[in-house]
Amino acid sequence: MVWNEKECMTKEERENWQLERLQETVKLAYENVEFYKKRFDEIGLKPEDIKTLKDIEKIPFTTKSDLREAYPLGLLAVPREEIVEIHASSGTTGKPTVTGYTQNDLDVWGECIARGLTMAGAKKDYIIQNAYGYGLFTGGFGIHHGGNKLGAITIPISAGNTRRQLDTMVDFQSDILTCTPSYAMYLGESREKAGISLDEINLKIGIHGAEMWTDEMRKRIEKSLGIKTYNIYGLTEVMGPGVAQECSEQNGMHIQDDHFYPEIINPETGETLDHGESGELVLTSLTKTGMPILRFRTKDLTSLIGEKCVCGRTTVRMTRITGRSDDMLKIKGVMVFPSQIEKALLKIEGISPNYLIHVTRPDILDEVEVKVEASKELFSDEIKQMEKVEKQIQASIRSETGLRVDVTLCEPESLPRSEGKAVRVIDEREL
Amino acid sequence: MAIQISVFIENKEGRIKKAIDTLGKAGVNIRALSVGDTAKYGILRLIVSDNEAATKALEEESFIVKQSEVIVVAVPDKPNGLNSTLAILDDADINLEYIYAFVSSQPDEAIVAMKVEDIEAATEVFKANNAKILTDEDIEKI
Repeated sequence: MVWNEKECMTKEERENWQLERLQETVKLAYENVEFYKKRFDEIGLKPEDIKTLKDIEKIPFTTKSDLREAYPLGLLAVPREEIVEIHASSGTTGKPTVTGYTQNDLDVWGECIARGLTMAGAKKDYIIQNAYGYGLFTGGFGIHHGGNKLGAITIPISAGNTRRQLDTMVDFQSDILTCTPSYAMYLGESREKAGISLDEINLKIGIHGAEMWTDEMRKRIEKSLGIKTYNIYGLTEVMGPGVAQECSEQNGMHIQDDHFYPEIINPETGETLDHGESGELVLTSLTKTGMPILRFRTKDLTSLIGEKCVCGRTTVRMTRITGRSDDMLKIKGVMVFPSQIEKALLKIEGISPNYLIHVTRPDILDEVEVKVEASKELFSDEIKQMEKVEKQIQASIRSETGLRVDVTLCEPESLPRSEGKAVRVIDEREL
Repeated sequence: MAIQISVFIENKEGRIKKAIDTLGKAGVNIRALSVGDTAKYGILRLIVSDNEAATKALEEESFIVKQSEVIVVAVPDKPNGLNSTLAILDDADINLEYIYAFVSSQPDEAIVAMKVEDIEAATEVFKANNAKILTDEDIEKI
């Protein structure tokens, strides 16, 4: 089922719609936001110069640090009284970036999430167990707005309190679980540990995002909770979750491109790339009024699929994010993404996907230690066997990344396990 | 043959004590113990009075626990006593993975636990050479 016919527009209809909205958005930003006016004036660009969609390439990029400098509400395009809700990114790497939403923006958000829920097969009478954190983080409220729009029953359980999550699954027979993939993984493990059988719960659908996960992790979540999972994408700076989501084909995430215009660029040169080419995703909002955003560099590395999907939707799709241009590690000159390490680990039977990559430079050479939680399957009473397991892990990481790393097995549940975003990398090099 | 409990011990302060403490609280008595250690972690191997209670208590504390079979043999408590027992394995070309000793209540007898490559074959040759193999019941009486 398709929530909105806008998801199935022809190429021409879509491009006309996008161009019209792009022109409006550029005008709104230029006339109301000092930051954009300055940027445009510096290069002599006028809103009227945007005559085709291709002209978007003339607009300067907006970066996360631009948003930080505008902290807290420097980029509003409307008088403050029109803002009805505020969210912010976690601010783990500096000052938080804040987004203000008008009622129109919340409607757009709810619309995008309702589309995603429908793509995953949700119906009006479904119960959504929303285990994304409620707060400044966009996950909890974003899903909540969408659940309301769809008319489903949303349980705002928020993240954490695992026992209560399991009880809720059993007692309310929740149909959909929405949370980060690492928390879904943890809930699956906890269900098994608590001796709750799959027959006792009624989950069918999992919608997971806000952090990177691999297909191997997907398989484990699907198995441990008896669900089909859907990858969801979004970011606070642009809106929050719901910018894109997978349909039941699980073949790329449909970007709601009547609301967000996607481009892929070469992260080094800024040059726009074609569909199918890998690069950094750049997003421009087309319908937001509170804080329109032009050409925001997401740092997320992906590629676009332009062809119509088997599901019937024509919205452009983005492939699974392979990394962030800023969480890419350069170790001994080799580019490594945490997702590669995860993939290598999950190829080994009995391994838990809880790992930590610890990079140091004791002298002049980089050293990498990958800490992995041991499990009953990996453990042996013989050191010889344990060494074999470590070597196997090492070999798997080597074939995936080309790097020789040191592997350390540690006790279960000893690595930082987040109920929000997982910490996967500690880089102690002074670069 | 007897059951041995092995516990994965991360190289972190207080982990062995935590494991021993857990067993004590569960009312489990330790008959024999050894630690196989590497630079990064250790493997605590135990022969205990109640395997199931020990496993359950340790797992509840999130330890990784494994039960495996070892051969427990009584050896004469005199010079060359252990050597003559090991010679039996040696003659049969059976590899010894590790060995550790028990406290024995018998003045003339020492007890050792052995992990061998082929436990069936080792049991056979010990029996053929009249070595005294202890069962779980025998160990309970120690």
